[in-house]
Amino acid sequence: MPHPETWLRVLPDGLFCEPGGFFIDPVRPVERAVITHGHADHARPGHRSVLATPETLAIMRARMGEGAGAAQQAMRHGEVLRQGEVTIRLVPAGHVLGSAQVVMEWQGSRAVVSGDYKRQADATCLPFEPVPCDVFVTEATFALPVFRHPDPAHEVAKLLKSLALFPERTHVVGCYALGKCQRLITLLRAAGWDRPIHLHGAQQPLCRLYEELGVPLGELRPATVANKAELRGAIVLAPPSAIADRWARRLAEPVTALASGWMRVRQRARTRGVELPMVISDHADWPDLNRTIDEVGAPEVWVTHGRDDALVHALAGRGIRGRALHLVGLGEDEDEAVAEAPEGAPAA
Amino acid sequence: MSVPAFAELLERLIFTPGRNAKLALLRDWFATQPDPDRGIGLAALTEELVFTAAKPAMIRDLAAARTDPVLLALSHDYVGDLAETVALIWPERAGVNAPPPALSEVVETLEVTPKAELPGLISGWLDTLDSGGRLALIKLITGGLRVGVSGRLARVALAEWSGKPVEEIEEIWHGVAPPYLPIFRWLEGHAERPDPRDAPVFRPLMLAHPLEDRDLAALDPAAWRAEWKWDGIRVQLTAGPGGRRIWSRGGEDISGGFPEIVEAMEFHGVLDGELLVIRDGLVAPFADLQQRLNRKLVGPKMLRDYPVGVRLYDLLFEGGEDLRPLPFDARRQRLEAWVERHAPPRMDLSALIAFASVAQLSEVRDGARAASIEGLMLKRADSPYLAGRQKGMWWKWKRDPLSIDAVLMYAQRGHGKRSSFYSDYTFGLWRPVEGGGEELVPVGKAYSGYTDEELGWLDRWIRNHTVSRFGPVREVEKALVLEVIFDAAQLSGRHKSGVALRFPRIARIRTDKPASEADRLENLMAYVEAGPAAEE
Repeated sequence: MPHPETWLRVLPDGLFCEPGGFFIDPVRPVERAVITHGHADHARPGHRSVLATPETLAIMRARMGEGAGAAQQAMRHGEVLRQGEVTIRLVPAGHVLGSAQVVMEWQGSRAVVSGDYKRQADATCLPFEPVPCDVFVTEATFALPVFRHPDPAHEVAKLLKSLALFPERTHVVGCYALGKCQRLITLLRAAGWDRPIHLHGAQQPLCRLYEELGVPLGELRPATVANKAELRGAIVLAPPSAIADRWARRLAEPVTALASGWMRVRQRARTRGVELPMVISDHADWPDLNRTIDEVGAPEVWVTHGRDDALVHALAGRGIRGRALHLVGLGEDEDEAVAEAPEGAPAA
Repeated sequence: MSVPAFAELLERLIFTPGRNAKLALLRDWFATQPDPDRGIGLAALTEELVFTAAKPAMIRDLAAARTDPVLLALSHDYVGDLAETVALIWPERAGVNAPPPALSEVVETLEVTPKAELPGLISGWLDTLDSGGRLALIKLITGGLRVGVSGRLARVALAEWSGKPVEEIEEIWHGVAPPYLPIFRWLEGHAERPDPRDAPVFRPLMLAHPLEDRDLAALDPAAWRAEWKWDGIRVQLTAGPGGRRIWSRGGEDISGGFPEIVEAMEFHGVLDGELLVIRDGLVAPFADLQQRLNRKLVGPKMLRDYPVGVRLYDLLFEGGEDLRPLPFDARRQRLEAWVERHAPPRMDLSALIAFASVAQLSEVRDGARAASIEGLMLKRADSPYLAGRQKGMWWKWKRDPLSIDAVLMYAQRGHGKRSSFYSDYTFGLWRPVEGGGEELVPVGKAYSGYTDEELGWLDRWIRNHTVSRFGPVREVEKALVLEVIFDAAQLSGRHKSGVALRFPRIARIRTDKPASEADRLENLMAYVEAGPAAEE
């Protein structure tokens, strides 16, 4: 049985499956790409042929139009495909709508590229399914034992308590436009918040798409047409880069919140000027990374990006061989790229 | 309630920049928490209650006993703060179903637990808490809360919550120890106001309004008294059988920083005065006094190099007799007699300035150039000593500010309401460069003085003229001249330019003036008063 090292290689463009002739989440345009999910650091424009879940393809089309790939091949969970000499399956990763792990088999050897994933419940996507394998390729965004995400319901309760304490102030929550935003809305709905939720312009297209793909979000309104009075005591969701900038001036004495796993560390919240940190993440925390690796039972784990030092150290203690791939271009917070709107331009 | 509730309050306070929001959080705490925890929490926030039971090293050892050393080191390196690292990394144990401790339980148990048993006790508590609760507990018992809630802010919140005047709360505050049960009983209408008896308490200070031109015109020289307004910090000295205290303007106990004054307080009474660095009878610039501020302990070198004294303004109590209802003139007579009789070391009388007309007083004000003088204080001869800022009783008449035309160099966003505005400005002046030409050297920072319209204009200008960014700071084209006004210029070894400005603020935006015509550093140096530079 060939070791996955011999057929799954790290090239400058990304992770390359040699017998299948395709890249997984490549950083530059390639001939053939398999995409795990729609976040900008994984799904980049300009590939000729793209294989992904139907939801991921829909997200890519919504975000990059023509750039989503000249030939698009949708593959549902449960389907099996032969690509070259390799069989491929896409298995839910629990990260965002459409997110998938890529399960590859070649000559009896199986590797799983998990993309980004989480184990916490998320009403907007299918839960992660562990697949036993010879090599498990994992992210390590939050791979330090200080990262243990609390129950998101608890974090949402903090927001609602703050609204009760400051009913005249707009509560603006910074959250990624893809995934976090919609998950937050479903969490708010589950907590009983049935009032309209206001959205920054950047959040609207993907919320519409989620609803089209069967994720109900309740009543959503644009934050831009709302007047200040309407925004008193309202919840507004916006990209993280907008919450403390000029866009936020339209809001009524805003309380700035930010929903991110990084908010667990105070200095992170402080440098962002966040008043209400909400520790809600779409990535696996430290216990879940380790639990997942134990569940898939792989003797060898490759770490794509993040804190590989801590994870590889912890794995060594359990007799698992860890290897840091140092893939570039992954883990770049996708919101950070949202530029400030130029002066006089219509507000997003 | 318990440590988790306190942790929640702490977290909100730490991230909340606005004063009003802080007040709302504190009011909510008083309204929803039971005794004695609400008082203990309050005392911990204002640092009237400081625990030193546990040392950071002990906390570190507790975590090390339960975690992998490499992972602990990597985590500490990432998080930065040890207490936070331990709070976050602490492995939760399945099967711990003991409830988290109440604040009162923490306080009481710490007092009676022998040192050897502390680690076990603290681990046990940590096991019952979530990460926020663990951080609150660790910060609490190692004495490092630092949340930026002053005693004054807490008392304002108590006043707003209870509807009682803040002065009434301040007067008894320091006479009641945490958890302040008699105060809460009184504020909730279940008991009379507690009587502090002999305990040294803070009496709210009488404050002055800035003098406006129309007030000046109406001023009758016969009915008013004038004194210098010294540039130090206002203090209240309280001494008697119950102890000695130096209170700051906001009612904080700052006795520990000025042992030589405490030692000199051999009297029974309450005095109002200005704390100053005084060498051979000469008042040093404020920068010298700054060396002595915010220190819990002072060494012999500090005491020798920055000797402090108190210039006395007023006598509030003599023995147990409350002089505050007396008119200023009567209190002044008592003060002068008192100084004569006691001749207290390190204290002297703030001189009255005789004047026959407003014009004459105006001349006196204009003539004062010493950096240690901010201007004049005008006090109505018949004014009783009243708490707070009373209209028409005392005026402060500051010297006209000095002014320079400086070039905007860097800008930074503000906090809270101003977090989307570039509202903090670093400005500079020209100075010659060796080999010819000129360069800008930063001379100060200002974040006030402008109108809302000017702030909006500056914000846009800065965004459109940015040349580079360093984190939250933008460097701008050296093209905009700002007229900066300030109260004094003092030599400073701590500033690159060698000079520090007192209270700089933006007076005007000078779009009419090219940057090359802004002031030179030497223009500013001409304002510096003669006198030794502060060290460092």
